[in-house]
Formats: sequence, structure tokens, C-alpha cells
Amino acid sequence: MNLTVNGAPHTFNGTTVTDLVAELNLTGRRLAVEVNREIVPKSEHDTHTLREGDTVEVVHAIGGG
Amino acid sequence: MSEDLLTIAGKTYASRLLIGTGKYKDFEETRDAIEASGAEIVTVALRRTNLGQNPDEPNLLDFVSPERYTILPNTAGCFNAEDAVRTCKLARELLDGHSLVKLEVLGDQKTLYPNIAGTVKAARELVDDGFQVMVYTNDDPIVAKELEDMGCVAVMPLGSLIGSGLGILNPHSLLLIMEQAKVPIIVDAGVGTPSDATLAMELGCDGVLLNSAVAHANKPVLMAGAMKKAIEAGREGFLAGRMPKRVYANPSSPGEGLI
Repeated sequence: MNLTVNGAPHTFNGTTVTDLVAELNLTGRRLAVEVNREIVPKSEHDTHTLREGDTVEVVHAIGGG
Repeated sequence: MSEDLLTIAGKTYASRLLIGTGKYKDFEETRDAIEASGAEIVTVALRRTNLGQNPDEPNLLDFVSPERYTILPNTAGCFNAEDAVRTCKLARELLDGHSLVKLEVLGDQKTLYPNIAGTVKAARELVDDGFQVMVYTNDDPIVAKELEDMGCVAVMPLGSLIGSGLGILNPHSLLLIMEQAKVPIIVDAGVGTPSDATLAMELGCDGVLLNSAVAHANKPVLMAGAMKKAIEAGREGFLAGRMPKRVYANPSSPGEGLI
């Protein structure tokens, strides 16, 4: 299915947020995920099913003041 | 001085220096500078994760551990209340429910001056949502009081523009803010040198938050240690109470018994 991930088109071959995180090579990283501007808590990554056209943001902490 | 602790949102800290993690050469330097600074509260920013990265790519929080430091996520780069609130919610999720945030809603790129209307709006929403909000603001005592009254846990006026290193340009405004404050007042932005940090503390500020002054020094780790001492000196000077200023000389040696 076609998603927008961090502003760019992404062809996704899985089902859940956990699948997407794995597909992006980010498993085990400290990050936060938002789908269609709603936070998806880590506890729901395994069960939250992504849908065609979803807009996903994956963020992490970087240096800042 | 061991009893003189900074309390923010019910948690106590021995260090009154809060330090940022931006603009360092690499994560090793970031870690070493923070260590040398003695800071216990460390700010971070939130950004989109680079996709297609090497799975072994280092991560800031591996070097600045949330188990060791109080991580203070900021909303830098947000120019409206909506983006700032959204960023705070992502930060809370990222840090497993941690609700202490540094709110900044900026006005324009040139000055990074706070947009007060947006700051007040976001602060209210965040406080209502259970966040503990440390808020970057201008040096207006009326605004500072309003932010405190709505439940912000610390008010953080600028000493001068973010990243400018111009020092504390507004000591009298800061004094007006501190005179009435019941939450910690932390100077956030403007400090360029250790003496700037000392001045802020001598005025009676509860703490100083800085980043560029250390990260942009020629030797950041050395400067981090200097800032630690500067903050401690300024705090002790404030607690000791300065001598009165006078217009004319007053000899330190006794006048009696002169030959």
C-alpha cells in the first residue's frame, strides 16, 4: 500500500506500525510514531493497522538547545 | 551549599546549569561537555528520523541517557501553538510518558523572539493536558506572571537573542520578573561567557539554560567546566549578598593609629 512517511511516498509491504518500523530498519530505536496526526503509543504498534493513504511521522531526539 | 537545591515541578537538582545538546561536533563531544558542565537537565530537539539509515547509526540518547539525566525536549523550530503542542505530545510518547517540556513558540527566523500569543495559547493547552511546562518567553514581567499563574513550572526569559552570545542585556527586567515570581526563573538564551552566567545568577535567577556558549567555544568541554564554576560562583555571590555600592571611597584599612 502507499503511505507518506516523513513527507515522502513510501510503498509499504506489511500491516502494522511494528511492520513499518521494521521495514524502515528502525526496530529497537527510541522513536515516536504519529499516524494521520494522532500519536500511536508504543503499546499499540503491534496492533495498529496502517491503511492506504495514511500519513506517518517517525521522530526521534536530536541535539537541540 | 549542599542544601541549596533547585526545585522544578517537585524534583530537586543540585546543578543550576541546564544545558543544550545542539551544535556539537559529534555525540562524544556532546557527552563530554555535558559531563563537565555538571548539568542534570539536558535539552533535546525532536525531528523526523532519517529513513534508510544504517541500523547501527548512533543515537543521541545512547550518549545522553534518560536514565542519568532529566531530558528536556524542546519545541525549537515551532512558530505556532499547534506545532508546539504536537511536538510536546510526540516527545512525551518518545520518552515514555515523561511530561516535562521546554515550550518555545517563536516569532520569526531573524530574532527567534518568542511569539507571546502563541506561547500563552500553547502553554495553556499543555498545562491542561498534564504537561509540566518550562516556558521560554521574553523579559516582560506581566507575561511572566501570566505564564506562572496558568501553571507553568518554570519561566525562562531571554537574556538576549537565542544563539547571539550578547549576554544579559536586561538585568532590570529580569529583576522585575524575579521580584514577583513563585516558580523558578531560568535565563534561557543569550549567555555567551562564564561572566554572563555569573551575572544572571548574581541577580538572583534560579538557573541558566545555555547551549551555544559551550558548543561554539573553541574548546567546548573546557567551557562547560567554566560555566559550571561560573554558575556556582554567581549563586554563592547572590546568597552571600553583595556590599552596597557607594559613590565615594571608603578605606578598608583603619584610620586610627596612623603614624
